[in-house]
Amino acid sequence: MKQWRFFLPLAVFAAFAGLAAYQLNQPKDEFVQSAMIGKPVPAFAMRAASPDRPGLTQADLADGRPKLLNIWASWCVPCAAEAPQLAALEAQGATIVGVAIRDRPEDVAAFLARYGNPYARIGADDLSELQLSIGSSGVPETFVIDGKGVIRYQHIGDVRAEHVPLLLDELRKAGG
Amino acid sequence: MIAELGLAALWLAAALAALQLVAGVLALRSAGSDIAALVRPAAVVQGFLTTFAFAMLVWLFARTDLSVKLVAMHSHSIKPMIFKLAGAWGNHEGSMLLWITVMSAAGALIALAERRLPERTMLATLAAQGFVALGFYAFLLLSSNPFERLPVPAFEGNGLNPLLQDIGMAFHPPTLYVGYVGLSVAFSFAVGALVTRQVTPDFARAMRPWVLGAWIFLTLGITAGSYWAYYELGWGGWWFWDPVENAALMPWLAATALLHSVGVLAARDALRAWTIMLGVVAFSMSMLGTFLVRSGILTSVHAFAVDPERGTFILALLAIYIGGALAVFGLRAGSVAEGERFAPVSREGALVVNNVLLSAILGVVLLGTLYPLMTEAFGVRVSVGPPYFDPVGAIFFMPMMVVMAIGPFLRWRRDRLARVQSPLILAGIVALAMLALALALATPRVLPLLGLAVGAGLAAASLLALRGRDVRRLPLATWGMVVAHLGIAVAVMGMASESAFTKERLAALRVGEAATVGPWEVTLQEVTPVAGPNWNAIEGVMIARYADGAPRRLAPQARSFWAPPTETNESALETRWNGQLYAVLGKAADGGRWQVRLWWKPFVTLIWYGGVMIALGGLLALIGRVRADLKRRTVQRKAAERREGMAS
Repeated sequence: MKQWRFFLPLAVFAAFAGLAAYQLNQPKDEFVQSAMIGKPVPAFAMRAASPDRPGLTQADLADGRPKLLNIWASWCVPCAAEAPQLAALEAQGATIVGVAIRDRPEDVAAFLARYGNPYARIGADDLSELQLSIGSSGVPETFVIDGKGVIRYQHIGDVRAEHVPLLLDELRKAGG
Repeated sequence: MIAELGLAALWLAAALAALQLVAGVLALRSAGSDIAALVRPAAVVQGFLTTFAFAMLVWLFARTDLSVKLVAMHSHSIKPMIFKLAGAWGNHEGSMLLWITVMSAAGALIALAERRLPERTMLATLAAQGFVALGFYAFLLLSSNPFERLPVPAFEGNGLNPLLQDIGMAFHPPTLYVGYVGLSVAFSFAVGALVTRQVTPDFARAMRPWVLGAWIFLTLGITAGSYWAYYELGWGGWWFWDPVENAALMPWLAATALLHSVGVLAARDALRAWTIMLGVVAFSMSMLGTFLVRSGILTSVHAFAVDPERGTFILALLAIYIGGALAVFGLRAGSVAEGERFAPVSREGALVVNNVLLSAILGVVLLGTLYPLMTEAFGVRVSVGPPYFDPVGAIFFMPMMVVMAIGPFLRWRRDRLARVQSPLILAGIVALAMLALALALATPRVLPLLGLAVGAGLAAASLLALRGRDVRRLPLATWGMVVAHLGIAVAVMGMASESAFTKERLAALRVGEAATVGPWEVTLQEVTPVAGPNWNAIEGVMIARYADGAPRRLAPQARSFWAPPTETNESALETRWNGQLYAVLGKAADGGRWQVRLWWKPFVTLIWYGGVMIALGGLLALIGRVRADLKRRTVQRKAAERREGMAS
């Protein structure tokens, strides 16, 4: 009976249909995370928050290279605490772009001078518009954005030493 | 009233599809019954009715009738007319109506024009077509009614997604749809032939023009779509292996394999079961694409109309049609004997290898597209991109190009490689020369180098296939093959050149300052606001100079649309014979400077010239096949008349 091989395509299709049906009926997101994960960052454009780094636009997040998007502010204490971890991430090849929330240029400059500047670009989010639109509720937060500008992962709170490999891993999964 | 007329036409068309199915099945069960006479007219009238319904929807959009929900959701009174019209299919409901319109128009065309199929296979084919159409009518009427009225007419519409407000995007979906849905005809043919067990060269000859036609439109649609993605998204790329892009590529791969295997069946009566299988798979891939794009089951930068409920409906359709067709295939394929035998080294042999490699690429793309779905079932979210698709696809694509170079030199049934070695050695020399040239110009990565070399070799081999033949007497179908294969070579060389030699420059310029990228010097001359019909923009006027050539003016824009509020980047392109300069205006930087992104992409245009050549090759082959067919029919008719004349 070699007829069975003609049923192979049906078997493959049945496997796919089962999987798809399972996924469709899966409640999305059982744990708390941004509803924006898996979605592209909405259109935005921000002026530079610091004179020595360019500002940030949506197109910068969709240039083919995955990135970390770090939401921070000079007035935020945990942000100072996570600075060494961001430096470590940068040293290990991660591209980090910053979004400074409700900040003044001179304060940003002072913060960066004191804690180091791991950012390739820093946009100024004066009204927290971008922050709200990508589902972030506080500072600091770090998002993994893939090369097409789609949000892949959200890390809430400061980045601690144990999170560095995790973020690098997420970045690699996003195509880095 | 217009909306109600359209809706009534759709319900009527659905009823006719049901009639077409029932009458066809009954006629097949009791041979020679009168009911068979109903099938063809049902298909024809159904095609007329859906075309009418579609015209009504376009009319509603032209008038911006805001009492219709779909118009209010996707249009706006201040939109330019051409985009108002395009708005009719630039959304889920409208595009599904377009889908069913193309499908039933194709059914009507079969009923009117197809005279080669045996009557029973014809009935089975039309019944299958009616069955498939019925599911889509159900989807449209029960869950995606495009003619739904609003309880209170809207004051103003929502507008069309500005990314779609582009002339390329207005025509890209219909083109692609004609292709997808054209494959539904191949599907119905395959099912029809399985039901009546008549998988013959005649059947293949009847099916071939439909496959060719669908394939031409798919090729054009994909080519246009990739050019649109390239200039409209402002990212400077032409393929991202996005699920939606893959959704268009997969049916094309299957249709390409089908096109070649249906040719073997027509010419040599071999590959019967395989051809039928591909006929089922090709349309399955169209439907799968629809499912992936609209169910929201995978995330995509282009996804639209994402809705799990609709996803469930389409999944049910998939299960019925694909599952059903594959079940019939499993039951019947064994009784469709394999047909003529052939030696491994032969034209058939090369086509089989081509088919296997195309199927492998299809498998690779399918696996990569569905992989995130599989891992998510185990709680892991992954995204599969170019690092997977590029190398894994190339592993199969490069050898396929080699087979494409060799195949056309081989004879049917049995041949020796020694007989065809001289042109192949020549092509190999061309490939090596290209490799040396590319290495001299830059040190690109392995894949682009291979692409350039193999592309050049394939181009040479495709042209050498014409050597020693009387080109004036060459059949059009052969010309078609040469042009299409040459098109593949040209497109691949364009892709390889783009990824090997592209230069990128990101600069922050004050007005009057210049930046260089590759051989270009680009000066930012001024930055001015401009206004369009439903957008305003910042326009950066740039003067670009190639080496010491004449200055060229470029004016990229950063546009803001009002309804819905969206920003888009309109890139500016300067095309030379040897490549394109691509400029994007970014945002204002500090100190009165503007971000400017520049790319110099040598020979990037070959990608789309190649795509157009591939489609042109298909068109030549189609004209050639149809003409040959008409001629054969005329000869047969005259012979029949002569016989009758002698008899009387």
